[in-house]
Amino acid sequence: MIFAALVLTALGSSLGLLLSLAARYLQPPPDARRAEILELLPGVNCGQCGYPGCGGAADALLNGNAAPTLCPPGGSALARALAAKLGRPLDGGDAGPPLLALIDESRCIGCAHCGKRCPTDAIIGAPRQIHAVFQEACMGCGLCVEVCPTECLQLRPQTPTLITWRWPKPALQGG
Amino acid sequence: MRLHDFRGGVHPPGRKQLSADQPIQPLPLPNRLYIPLQQHAGGPALPIVKAGQKVAKGELLAREQGATSAPLHAPSSGLVVAIGESTAPHVSGLPLPAILLDPDGEDRWMEQDLPPDPLALDPEAVAARIGAAGIVGMGGANFPAAVKLSKARQAGVRLLAINGAECEPYVTCDDRLMRERAAEIVDGAAIMLHALQAPRAVIAIEDNKPEAIQAMRAACGHDARMQVLSLPTRYPTGSAKQLIQILTGLETPAGGRGTDTGVLVHNVGTAYAVQRALRQGRPLISRIVTVSGAAVAEPRNLEVPIGALAADLLAHCGGVSDDLARVLMGGPMMGQPLPSLQTPVIKGTNGILALTAAELGPEPQPAPCVRCGRCVEVCPMGLMPVEMAQRVRRDDWAGTLALGLNDCMACGSCAYACPSQVPLLQYFAHARGALAEQRRAEQKANSIRQLMEQRQARLVREERARAEAAAQRRAAKPRGNTAAREVR
Repeated sequence: MIFAALVLTALGSSLGLLLSLAARYLQPPPDARRAEILELLPGVNCGQCGYPGCGGAADALLNGNAAPTLCPPGGSALARALAAKLGRPLDGGDAGPPLLALIDESRCIGCAHCGKRCPTDAIIGAPRQIHAVFQEACMGCGLCVEVCPTECLQLRPQTPTLITWRWPKPALQGG
Repeated sequence: MRLHDFRGGVHPPGRKQLSADQPIQPLPLPNRLYIPLQQHAGGPALPIVKAGQKVAKGELLAREQGATSAPLHAPSSGLVVAIGESTAPHVSGLPLPAILLDPDGEDRWMEQDLPPDPLALDPEAVAARIGAAGIVGMGGANFPAAVKLSKARQAGVRLLAINGAECEPYVTCDDRLMRERAAEIVDGAAIMLHALQAPRAVIAIEDNKPEAIQAMRAACGHDARMQVLSLPTRYPTGSAKQLIQILTGLETPAGGRGTDTGVLVHNVGTAYAVQRALRQGRPLISRIVTVSGAAVAEPRNLEVPIGALAADLLAHCGGVSDDLARVLMGGPMMGQPLPSLQTPVIKGTNGILALTAAELGPEPQPAPCVRCGRCVEVCPMGLMPVEMAQRVRRDDWAGTLALGLNDCMACGSCAYACPSQVPLLQYFAHARGALAEQRRAEQKANSIRQLMEQRQARLVREERARAEAAAQRRAAKPRGNTAAREVR
């Protein structure tokens, strides 16, 4: 009885020691690829990709669970960069014009909640004044949409201008 | 002078006889002029007038912004109604910021002294005056003429080519200008030679305009610096790079400028505008526009104030018939289809064409490519349109660029020659747009990263400032607290 207890104790403590030593000295190097991908992602943890924040998205990309096109705020530029980094083909191609935040001025009460959430300071407006989105700085992360008490903020496709307008691709015939 | 040849090219039916015999007539002043702020390559002009302000003809409306830009002047005297919008002279028909001017009918010029003799001025001062008159390339490129002249002088250009080729079908505005105002064009060319400090100018005209060649030869007279050349008619002879190749045999390097070959090309309309500006002090406020096409009752060549609408021009030419199928701004090869007749004439507009379905031919039915190689034969830039279009179809942008998309000047020869009617030009336009969008997206991603970093830095700064303020309060308060406690 005592012998068995001693053997088990010795076994347990030696294996425990071994494990703790292994954990201490045989640690895998930090995943450099994950850090690189995190560097590419916007880093606002908006959750539009469906993963818990940009870290979760980076893990999903590395596991191959998510496509390079997962990040709406990053748009096509980010999708191309991610596809190149991961060595994966870019499918799904054209996602259409990016979605940007737009304020319905008739419903804005000037609560100024949205401006505090915006990670790029793209929302202009003082308290109790109508706010506006500076489209050049907006990346469409949608964080402001969640906090708006009157639902006057919406993500809308960017209105085409002479600079953004482009010829559509000819329908597939000939060529 | 021995002429050379360029590769490729096509021979579309000229159809210039519709308007070639119509002398230049002024367009009666329309009720409202729409003067877009962006009529040139480079930065848009910045308005300096306000709504409700009265202006005289030739008065400055908007000044240039940035090194490559051009100012705008009032095409007639009248009232500035608003800084509003007009339809862009573009296939999308999107709005474009514009100055809206209601002419008062007096057509009263601003008061000014006659300018000094340009040939006695410093070359840089001549270029500056050309820039201040708002003159841009009138052949359709819309590049500010003064910038082009200054850069060419610095590059040591020795030959000025005055481009009177006018190779686009239908368009006859340069033809009429050369027939009727040859002396002014030659004088303008002499002023440009002075600004350029170059010894020689050639005036290049396609041989389907014998009257213009004759008129220009007579105007050049015994000036040994000027030579009028008759070129074989072929599209696109009027393109600057092809014209340089005809004159010198030299090809413009890929990604380079025409001036790299030692030649500067300017349109005859530009030479005329330079003469008006430097001899009479008249800024560029009007131009010659050909109104033609089988759907126009009376095709004409009109002298049009900048900002008149296509609808005004067509109405003056007897209106359009019911079988109108398409309206183009510019020629049929490179012009823009106009979705609306409420589109203003800008400085680079050479024609308004109203075409019938019979002229356009049957609706193109694109068939599969048969790899006949006609497009490769006719491409004046020596590209392979068939291969490029295939890359575009697969969204292979790197491949498209490697095949020379940036060297394609969208002359449309390939699409014109294609027996399968493949919309080659649209493939290339689509690729250009997609590549431009990629560049913009990357720029925006970078700027957004910066904005986020700046915000983070600001938040940290604010946090620290709050902590310091709190610490100061604590440092100030305790004495008071202990005092209170002592009292207690």
